[in-house]
Amino acid sequence: MHVAHLSLTDFRSYEAVELGLEPGVTAFVGPNGQGKTNLVEALGYAATLSSHRVANDAPLVRHGAGRAIVRVAVVRDDRRALVELELNPGRANRARLNRSPVPRPRDVLGLLRTVLFAPEDLALVKGDPSERRRFLDDLLVARAPRFAGVRADYDRVLKQRGALLRTASAARRGRGGGRRAEREAGFAAAGAGDLLSTLEVWDAQLARHGAELLGARLELVEALRPLTARAYATLAPASDVVELSYRGTLPADDSPADSPPASSTDGPDLWKTLVTDREVLAERLRARLLEMRDAELERGVTLVGPHRDDLFLGLGELPARGYASHGESWSFALALRLAAYDLLRADGGDPVLILDDVFAELDTARRRRLAEIVAPAEQVLITAAVPEDVPAELAGGRFDVAEGSVTRVG
Amino acid sequence: MYEGVVQNLIDELGMLPGVGPKSAQRIAFHLLAADPADVNRLAHALLEVKEKVRFCRVCGNVAAEEECRICRDARRDEHVICVVEESKDVVAIEKTREFRGRYHVLGGAISPIEGVGPDDLRIRELMTRLADGQVTELILATDPNLEGEATATYLARLVKPMGLKVTRLASGLPVGGDLEYADEVTLGRAFEGRRLLDV
Repeated sequence: MHVAHLSLTDFRSYEAVELGLEPGVTAFVGPNGQGKTNLVEALGYAATLSSHRVANDAPLVRHGAGRAIVRVAVVRDDRRALVELELNPGRANRARLNRSPVPRPRDVLGLLRTVLFAPEDLALVKGDPSERRRFLDDLLVARAPRFAGVRADYDRVLKQRGALLRTASAARRGRGGGRRAEREAGFAAAGAGDLLSTLEVWDAQLARHGAELLGARLELVEALRPLTARAYATLAPASDVVELSYRGTLPADDSPADSPPASSTDGPDLWKTLVTDREVLAERLRARLLEMRDAELERGVTLVGPHRDDLFLGLGELPARGYASHGESWSFALALRLAAYDLLRADGGDPVLILDDVFAELDTARRRRLAEIVAPAEQVLITAAVPEDVPAELAGGRFDVAEGSVTRVG
Repeated sequence: MYEGVVQNLIDELGMLPGVGPKSAQRIAFHLLAADPADVNRLAHALLEVKEKVRFCRVCGNVAAEEECRICRDARRDEHVICVVEESKDVVAIEKTREFRGRYHVLGGAISPIEGVGPDDLRIRELMTRLADGQVTELILATDPNLEGEATATYLARLVKPMGLKVTRLASGLPVGGDLEYADEVTLGRAFEGRRLLDV
């Protein structure tokens, strides 16, 4: 697929911009702070309904404007689809497909698929587990938009169960103050049995939705493992072997109940034998919740489930996080994105590749290898501060970006 | 901000479900311009509804008397109880004319975020109704969302020892719709709940 047209209104620094794009390579060149990344960020937003730079939508709306509009014309197999998104910070966003409103913005997910490489990707290797969970979940949604719903349901269960645990925890400590706290304490004190039976209901919900997410992540990691290893070996041939494995709050087999909860970094390799059957996973999650109940009631938070899991990245014998050099971390992050690209491509429909300010960070050899890998893609969009940052293998169209205006120069 | 009384009205209207600040303002100015008799009728209706409408002591549905119309109707099957979240769900099901049993209105669904636990719902009243063993089937018709599912699961577990038949409304495809337009979750549920076609 490729993007044929991008139109922005009041998005970031752009009051209004219209860009016609072609398949092949296009570079956006200009000094820092001129708005190059804003252009590719908008495309990433149209594909995932979230920004790769910020967690909420408010900064995406131009200062002083009430809402931003992103319009993207996507061409896939010679069919053209127009995706329009209206960003209303503080209120519900709206979406239109081919000029007709859709019930929920997430109904347009999957029409545009992108793989975005950005300096922020370094956090995949060096950052918190939440970065890696987000990588996995975003990829699940990109492959099957239905997972946006699974994820939303799971988050909602977590919130509900968390509220219940906090109430129980507060009641345990006999903390008072405030009408709401009193009321909650009253509801908790109404009977420990009552509270426990309510908790069991939320356990069941957590297990059901958690198993769905967990099973899908396990299968995804299994699929990413060889692709990531291959991409890393291509980028950095003389280097260590990379390893991916899923580290969870759930023991892999029916090991004794007294085994300590696995922490995300030094836990045992939990998934030697891959079990992804949702019923089995749900049953294990429920059993684990029962084991952890005391600790959960003590702390008032849900300690079991895919929201606490991690994707372990190993380099040779060592974990990449903390041990990999800057260059190795970069190559690993790129390899993960390339693996995601391979996977999406295998599903059908070449996704749009976006390389945001990536080449400046790489040495000449890695630059060339990355360029060779991405060059055959149907559409590649690059941002760079100077034209020399764009490798020769990726010669193509060029726009100059300066002071919020975008001009075609080649 | 407007003068005191006008702003008060806007604020009060703005508390109503589905009414935002803009709509509240529009309604307030509509009322200001309206015929005093019309506004009186509205005010009267508002006061009357709080004075006269009560909740059925059996099922919790809105009622004009001690017991609601459905609970007083001797022709309704007393062996089947359909559990719903709100009175408006009773109206929705009544429109189908499919169900001839009785209802039980919970007054909401379990939602810890909003501080709603089982004790805040009319569950104890339901258990009292079930105690004499007259009821043979309990239909759980709470909303098909997380909170509704949780409430249904809670009730199913609670009444399990009583040995009565517990059923849940089916989730699935809308009648008269096209398969291709169904979202994946709905379609998935419909597959889960498929039934044998007896010919």
